[in-house]
Amino acid sequence: MSRHTLSVLVENKPGVLARVSALFSRRGFNIDSLAVGPTEHDDISRMTIVVSVEELPLEQVTKQLNKLVNVLKIVELDTSQSVQRELMLIKVKADADSRSHVLELVQLFRARCVDVAADAVTIEVTGTPDKLEAFVKVLEPFGIKELVQSGMVAIGRGARSITDRSLRALDRTA
Amino acid sequence: MTERMTGAQALVRALEHVGVDTVFGIPGGAILPAYDPLYDSTKVRHVLVRHEQGAGHAAEGYAQATGKVGVCMATSGPGATNLVTPIADAYMDSVPIVAITGQVASKSIGTDAFQEADISGITMPITKHNFLVTDPADIARTIMEAFHIASTGRPGPVLVDIAKDALQAETTFSWPPTMQLPGYRPVTRPHSKQIREAAKLIAEARRPVLYVGGGVHKARASEELIRLAELTRIPVVTTLMARGTFPDSHPQHMGMPGMHGSVSAVGALQQADLLIGLGVRFDDRVTGQLSTFAPYAKVVHADIDPAEISKNRHADVPIVGDCKEVIGDLIAAVEAAGVQGDYDEWWTILNGYKQTYPLGYEEFEDGSLAPQYVMERLSAIVGPDAYYVAGVGQHQMWASQFVRYERPGRFINSGGAGTMGFAVPAAMGAKMGRPDDVVWAIDGDGCFQMTNQELATCALEGVPVKIAVINNGNLGMVRQWQTLFYDQRYSNTDLQATRRIPDFVKLAEAYGCVGLRCERPEDVDATIKKAMEINDVPVVVDFVVHQDAMVWPMVAAGTSNDDIKIARDMAPKWESDDE
Repeated sequence: MSRHTLSVLVENKPGVLARVSALFSRRGFNIDSLAVGPTEHDDISRMTIVVSVEELPLEQVTKQLNKLVNVLKIVELDTSQSVQRELMLIKVKADADSRSHVLELVQLFRARCVDVAADAVTIEVTGTPDKLEAFVKVLEPFGIKELVQSGMVAIGRGARSITDRSLRALDRTA
Repeated sequence: MTERMTGAQALVRALEHVGVDTVFGIPGGAILPAYDPLYDSTKVRHVLVRHEQGAGHAAEGYAQATGKVGVCMATSGPGATNLVTPIADAYMDSVPIVAITGQVASKSIGTDAFQEADISGITMPITKHNFLVTDPADIARTIMEAFHIASTGRPGPVLVDIAKDALQAETTFSWPPTMQLPGYRPVTRPHSKQIREAAKLIAEARRPVLYVGGGVHKARASEELIRLAELTRIPVVTTLMARGTFPDSHPQHMGMPGMHGSVSAVGALQQADLLIGLGVRFDDRVTGQLSTFAPYAKVVHADIDPAEISKNRHADVPIVGDCKEVIGDLIAAVEAAGVQGDYDEWWTILNGYKQTYPLGYEEFEDGSLAPQYVMERLSAIVGPDAYYVAGVGQHQMWASQFVRYERPGRFINSGGAGTMGFAVPAAMGAKMGRPDDVVWAIDGDGCFQMTNQELATCALEGVPVKIAVINNGNLGMVRQWQTLFYDQRYSNTDLQATRRIPDFVKLAEAYGCVGLRCERPEDVDATIKKAMEINDVPVVVDFVVHQDAMVWPMVAAGTSNDDIKIARDMAPKWESDDE
């Protein structure tokens, strides 16, 4: 099994997320990570879906997704040809003794401290899944009180945009 | 021109504009506003059915007999959920229907209001697409989009759920609206490179087979198929969904493949070196155990749905396109190549199978009726121009095997979903779509008891369908599996027909139909002829048949097609066994 990152452009309409996620569960595919948000165009939302499947089932996923009427475009983003990021917020135990150690790690990982309490700090960190995993590992000894993480978002490298053609399709029907 | 009207009026007007002449349905609270303007429509005939499932299957029968989109209508909650089975059925068999359901008022959606069900959520995985409309201004456009989606590309069911307040509110109506479907672009033109590749494989093959499915008739490409077959001399197998798309009487026809296919059709697939799949989906009932299906064959797979290609079996040459265009282009490519494949040896083998293993059946010594004989006589007396509409089970397989189909689309049945109870309402829909043609439902006694309430609709609406109930007093196909795989332990398959509960003749009469009964082979012809003479009311014929009749040949579920049995513990001898 290998991980694949799909960027899916969809019409910004109610129920589209349900259609996409229902399709994955009905066809027996597991979603590792899912992020949905607006794009530079009001009528288009973008989903970044990470799935662990073999090559052949991935082709099935893509074809089945393409059949959804609200799906405009699907692009598989290659890890080396794209920028991939996740966002994590971590609440770590940190009293007067340990705080400076924690803040040192925050600096090393180019994370940010977003909230400080007497015995804890909350840290914001973005990066690739590998980086976030490494960061969590070094913080574990201090005691992680709470952790929340976004799905992955990804964008292709270079000047080309995957929204261009879909925009033209939208304009034609407007 | 723009007019002011209610959402309900806009709905009826939109249905008129897209060419709807028949709607099957039942009114209820949430859809009630739509039934008021429907009452006045002179273009749309509403057929009041007795159960929403009947409305859905009737819409399917209508759609399959006419090629137009079938329409059914129901209210919210249970009305809508009763449509779920026919919608699922239409999805599996790619039947273009539009289901229109009322929904509770938009303010109440999500509150568990009276008769509320999230029907768009429920039907999401069994519709090609669905809509929830809460703004009256969207109704006309949504109807146009629904009909477009249902009928183009790979056809399928579309559900339009409309909130009651959207039906009641005022809006402006203008026609035609502009469709907004930027993500819907079905591909119909096949790629010329793929066509050339396919033609090359055809010229190189020594044992090719045209594996023809429901997509060919849906593309109205039967004539093109016959031309391609005759041009290339390649043998043809027609799946359950394609019976009649290639004439049964044609010498190149090998029969139906699959679990209950003929030895010649199954053998042709298993020993082929090239499968040319046209509008098929390599369904498990055709392939048997997938890993041993057609083990020597390269595959050309043409279908309008890209997701079907290489889903079950890898396609060496994938062709996405409408079968009419695909076959047309294939003919041109084969003609341009000018190479006639050498299939003489292949034909010798296949003709050997055809002669050695024709479809057959056992007669019973006690003089009771063999169901297959009923099919043969129906076919002979009624002829190939009639529509035959089957339910699901043994009778369906016999109807496929022993009725001779010469014309496309004349056999209508529930293939993918296997929906018992399909026949009576679907036959009603087919007859309403084709009032000048003879429509015979071929049903089992189990199926018949699931949906025979629509006999009332047929009788009252003047729909003189004919229904042959193949009454073996059992859930016959399940019983057959119990005979073969469960040590003849007949758990809950005996419907106790000997007690005549219900008496199908009396039942028919109670519904205002003519009821006939036939129990002996010598009475079959006269009974069918009598049924054919009655054209003003529906006729139900109770054919009481022997309960031990079985469907052969058979490939047991999950086993290889190579292990097909022509009768219990009897396997055909393959040509390759000699080698």
